[in-house]
Amino acid sequence: MALPPSPMSVRSWRFRPHTNGRSCEATVPASVSATALAEGLMASASVPPAVLMRGITKRFPGVVANDRIDLEVKEGEIHALLGENGAGKTTLMNILYGIYHPDEGEIRIRGRPVVIRSPQDAIRLGIGMIHQQFRLVPTHTVTENVVLGMKRGILFREREARQQIEALAKNYHLEVDPDARIWQLSAGEQQRVEILKALYRQAQILILDEPTSMLTPGEIEDLLKTLHRMKEEGHTLIFITHKLDEVTAISDRVTVLRQGKVVATLETAKTNERELAQWMVGREVLFRLNRQQAQVGETVLRVENLHVLNDKQLPALKGVSFEVHRGEILGIAGVAGNGQRELVETLIGLRPAVQGAIVLNGQSLTNLPPRARIEAGIACVPGERMTALVPGMSIAENMVLKAYRQSAFGKSGLLDRRAVNDHADRLIAEYAVITPGRDTPVKLLSGGNIQRALLARELSSQPSLLIVASPTSGLDVGATETVWKILLEQRQQGRAILLISEDLEEVMTLSDRVAVLYEGEIMGIVRGEENNLERIGLMMAGALRLPREEWV
Amino acid sequence: MNLPRLQVERRLHTSRLMSTLALAVSLLLALLAIGLVFSSLGVDPVYAYRRILRGGFGSLYGLSESLAKAIPLLLTGAGLALAFRARVYNIGAEGQLLLGAIVGGGIALNFGHWPREVLLPVMFLGGFLGGALWAAVPALLKARFRVDEVLTSLMLVYVAGDLVRYLVYGPWRGPEERGFPYSSRFALAAQLPHLEGTRVHYPTLLLALGLALFLYLLLERTKLGYEIRVTGENPAAARYAGMNTDRIIVLVLLLSGGLAGMAGVGEVAGIHARLSPPEGISPGYGFTAIIVAWLARLNPLATILTAFLIGGLLVGGDAIQVALNLPAASIYIFNGMILLFVIAGDVFTRYRLRLELRS
Ligand SMILES: Nc1ncnc2c1ncn2[C@@H]1O[C@H](COP(=O)(O)OP(=O)(O)OP(=O)(O)O)[C@@H](O)[C@H]1O
Ligand SMILES: [Mg+2]
Repeated sequence: MALPPSPMSVRSWRFRPHTNGRSCEATVPASVSATALAEGLMASASVPPAVLMRGITKRFPGVVANDRIDLEVKEGEIHALLGENGAGKTTLMNILYGIYHPDEGEIRIRGRPVVIRSPQDAIRLGIGMIHQQFRLVPTHTVTENVVLGMKRGILFREREARQQIEALAKNYHLEVDPDARIWQLSAGEQQRVEILKALYRQAQILILDEPTSMLTPGEIEDLLKTLHRMKEEGHTLIFITHKLDEVTAISDRVTVLRQGKVVATLETAKTNERELAQWMVGREVLFRLNRQQAQVGETVLRVENLHVLNDKQLPALKGVSFEVHRGEILGIAGVAGNGQRELVETLIGLRPAVQGAIVLNGQSLTNLPPRARIEAGIACVPGERMTALVPGMSIAENMVLKAYRQSAFGKSGLLDRRAVNDHADRLIAEYAVITPGRDTPVKLLSGGNIQRALLARELSSQPSLLIVASPTSGLDVGATETVWKILLEQRQQGRAILLISEDLEEVMTLSDRVAVLYEGEIMGIVRGEENNLERIGLMMAGALRLPREEWV
Repeated sequence: MNLPRLQVERRLHTSRLMSTLALAVSLLLALLAIGLVFSSLGVDPVYAYRRILRGGFGSLYGLSESLAKAIPLLLTGAGLALAFRARVYNIGAEGQLLLGAIVGGGIALNFGHWPREVLLPVMFLGGFLGGALWAAVPALLKARFRVDEVLTSLMLVYVAGDLVRYLVYGPWRGPEERGFPYSSRFALAAQLPHLEGTRVHYPTLLLALGLALFLYLLLERTKLGYEIRVTGENPAAARYAGMNTDRIIVLVLLLSGGLAGMAGVGEVAGIHARLSPPEGISPGYGFTAIIVAWLARLNPLATILTAFLIGGLLVGGDAIQVALNLPAASIYIFNGMILLFVIAGDVFTRYRLRLELRS
């Protein structure tokens, strides 16, 4: 239960500007801190802020994840939390939600000092959190999941709960069937269930950790609508994201973290994407990458008339054909759930092809096991990164997940630890993976660093084809830029790259040619040029199908 | 109402120190709880523990007996540690042990005229194959049809027990045993030598020590061991990386079954020198070995220590059973409690419990 807001005593805290000497960068416009100061004083005079975190420090072995962080979130605002991968955003919010305990610092909720020891405490204070990984029970229904852990008494009034959920769903534009089972739902729908769960627990303050990173463009739009609606209803929202356009589209204010410190708190209306990016990364970020003319070579991958079933044994791919050449990036655009996952799994050998052919460098791979394909030269960074990593094992052991068979890592069945460690050190240095060391378990790395490590591993085998799925989802602008640069460099060196992404901007930035996947079929293949954008959009919606002769 | 509330929270990371501490604390708690059982039986727990310790470790005789019991526990426990690391839960080592005893015993009974240097190795080899064969059933069912190995391996324990019983009551009953369910005594060549004046059949002990070390090196220093660990931690990643997870599941099951089978040979050739009903061959070593493996944190090398420890507890348990006139089942309570507490302690390293008084 939420505590009744206690009358706030003005003396209880003094506002300190977020940008003081230690964290301020030379590039900051001087007016920012002054405005923030004035704002803060004005706010403090009337309503206490919904959330006030002061001097929060959290250390992990080898890193200071949060370094004396001050965060103020006003009642009823949408507050964006921005920062590079590993900046400490999730850690800070986990502290607010009671998952971690700060080493130092204090928290006030609506002016009242509180100690939050567990998520249950947070829920009682009216704080809800939507994690990046959903925590729903797949075999239960939506209703069951929403009320889970809230049942009081022996008799569970299902019908009542169901009605409440439907009312909430209607009010907040959270369309989802209350009787559907979780495993049947898309990522976007599951997220709605998580939000419903928080609302059902009467969360007034809602934390969303990168809520858009796994949504389709349409779903993102719906989510933003829901967030607006929640704001209208008086909720306070903290919104973590890497996408600057989302920050400017929806937030009232934004706090930027860098390397565990607050570097700025800004009013969204008074800043812009370029400035925000600079705050985040501490340097100028190039949004336009320079894609040189492709030196397209011979065909590396040929996919011919591929038919594949999904997990429910329904057709997922219906006669897909395309080619990828040396030195080019072929982008597969499309809204998520149109066969992308099945395509990747089939190419790397985890899903059988019902019909059709997969040919790499003239060698038929159709229905060969994964290992044969790895050896034939296919590397892959899948969309679900954790299926390509062993979270509990060290970075060093993860870096040889595929290469361990090579004699370089030990002869006659032995594993040469020294070679494994050296290999990891080399990749960590070359791809600038930020970690206390190669022995750190992968699960403790931040999202951006996980992706870097994964790319490093896959490229280290010098594959002839690199498949990357949603390579920058969840990555900050700086890391996104790095990944894009790496991919373009690889293309320049003659690598064939198949890029599968729901992010149209990414596809357009990187691809020489773009194939559009819609309901398991390729609607057309066009050049990745600006003037094709409209046709690509139509094909993604299924409204246009190019005749085969017009494909490039 | 002001009822205290129990909160369960997940811990994000478990340090090695914490898991060692948890192990120590759970053992202590187990001893406390068992103490309560003793008290309820009218026995002073402190006295009982002293008797157990003295029985198992307090004399040369006790130590040698503990070592003798550690042998089958070590062979079986090291194999189970390997299987559990791949998250293959072979619960039926007891049955695999019995199969080893049958095959080893069968060879001993039929080829007793062979020279000992040939006969004994062949018996161990046969025992290994027998145990592996028994484990092959759950292995194939799991790899082919995804049938849960916990169930199938456990059920086969009872089948193995009945098989032994059938043999010693029937075709293999020794004609000179006057109707008792025993096979004939093995020829001398089929009996394992002992350390002077003890029941420690040292060839099996050396074999067990060597295999525990071997399995440790296999896990930590070889590519196959790497595959086993990856398969246990994230089977999806193992498949993605092109590892044949079915092959690994089958392999660890066969290996753990084979080692249990060798333990069975050790028991019949080193202790009993004949086949008897299953209870006579093994007082549940195959099950106790599960505790040995867990206590060792699934590290085959550490099973050397835990096997000896548990072996001592078994000996001490036997001692108090006689001395204090406790029911025979009390040692099972003892073992069960230890396993329960160790596994519960494991849960606490992954979750945090907090009692909360609500206002
Ligand atoms: N449980 C943990 N143990 C050790 N280090 C941790 C732990 N959790 C986070 N870290 C480290 O703390 C730092 C901050 O991590 P955090 O997850 O808060 O970053 P983030 O800003 O959310 O990044 P991302 O955008 O990639 O999600 C990182 O260096 C990370 O490796
Ligand atoms: Mg994060």
